Amino acid sequence: MMNVFAAVSTAITASGGEGGEEMPSVLAVPVDELVIGIIAFLVVFGVLGKLALPKIKATLEERTHTIEGGIKRAEEAQAEAQRSLDEYKILLAQGREEASAIRTQAQADRTAIIEEARAEARVAAAQVTAAAEAQMAAERAQATASLTRQVGEMAVGLAGKVIGQALTDDARVRATVDDFLADLEQQAAR
Amino acid sequence: MSAELVLASGGIDCHLMSGCGFPAPGAEIFQFDAVFSFTVGSLEFNITKVTILLFIVVVVLLGFFLYAFRRPQLVPRGAQNVGELGYLFIRDGIAREAMGKEGDKFVPFLFSFFFLIWMSNFVGIVPFAQIPITSIFAIPVAFALIVYLTWVPLGIYRQGFGPFFKNMLFPPGVPKAMYGLLAPIEFISNIIVRPFTHSVRLFANMFAGHLLIASFSVATFYLISASVIGIMGSVASFAVTIALTGFEILIQALQAYIFTLLTAVYISGALHAEH
Repeated sequence: MMNVFAAVSTAITASGGEGGEEMPSVLAVPVDELVIGIIAFLVVFGVLGKLALPKIKATLEERTHTIEGGIKRAEEAQAEAQRSLDEYKILLAQGREEASAIRTQAQADRTAIIEEARAEARVAAAQVTAAAEAQMAAERAQATASLTRQVGEMAVGLAGKVIGQALTDDARVRATVDDFLADLEQQAAR
Repeated sequence: MSAELVLASGGIDCHLMSGCGFPAPGAEIFQFDAVFSFTVGSLEFNITKVTILLFIVVVVLLGFFLYAFRRPQLVPRGAQNVGELGYLFIRDGIAREAMGKEGDKFVPFLFSFFFLIWMSNFVGIVPFAQIPITSIFAIPVAFALIVYLTWVPLGIYRQGFGPFFKNMLFPPGVPKAMYGLLAPIEFISNIIVRPFTHSVRLFANMFAGHLLIASFSVATFYLISASVIGIMGSVASFAVTIALTGFEILIQALQAYIFTLLTAVYISGALHAEH
């Protein structure tokens, strides 16, 4: 190829060089400049290709990975959040159901307890009333008995005084008194 | 005669109306004297302004990207942001565009080409440097040669010697009778002309751009004289110089992009049969 250039340049120099001045053509390719040009490129290529460009290539790849990784991580986080939300919703629904069941149960319990307490109270009240009545009856009976005896005695005493004779332990007197008292009781009952 | 010498001798005392013709800049502004020389083996190296500028470009380029990518962070800031922008432009805009995911392997190769060429072009509008390194033909030739010596062996390696040339010279889907005409054309266009056009495209653009800016700069200076037309012409030339410089910034990036994109396309063609 250099021969071609040399030939061309010689031709141009020959045709254009009328001034006799020895001026090399602009198309001349001096070997030293050619070699210097090649060396210049090889130095740039060698140094940049070995030292600078691999670094930036690695960095750019790393950046791509980072960005892709970031997107992936974000997607994962979003899925995770969605899963948690679903779980939470399910739990919440379960909780609500449970709470409602508990409330219903409590309502039922409350009614039952009140009913029970009421029944107990009623029983207790009835017992108290019964006891009081029994006691009252006993006392009345006692009082009646005591009164009857005293009235009897008083009446007998009175009758004895009226008749003027002692009627103690006489069977007839006793029968008379008993009749009298039975009359009294009948009157009182009426 | 060096570029500085030509501009200086033609410039200072030469104005319109002073009996001096317009010292139009020519090919000589692309010639530079050796600052120093040394010999390696039998080859004499002449170190000129262009070679020194190329050296500076390489150092600045390496310095910037080694600094920008010294400890790349997941969240970029400062120089890393700028460097990443460049890296992603080459990877997504050129390598993957031409070769798909497979292009990732060639990103350093394309990256080096793009930024080395872009900066070499850019030097053309940096004050005091003011010569696009790529307007010196040997430099684009060197780059194109590297590309040529990459994709041809790569194609033979990946496709095999026979299939590589068969796919190139006898593209399928063409009537058999056409192969007699097509094969030589394909051979010439791919194997012979391709590296030439690849280098000349870059060289010619930068050469022409620089020549234009130089011409209007010289005109700005030359037209300064005791005449209304001269002053108007000078001001107009100056405005055009500024506009062309802006335009040149665009062309510099564009040519670097085209060279790199073509490199990617050639490599892509070598990796797989084109049709």
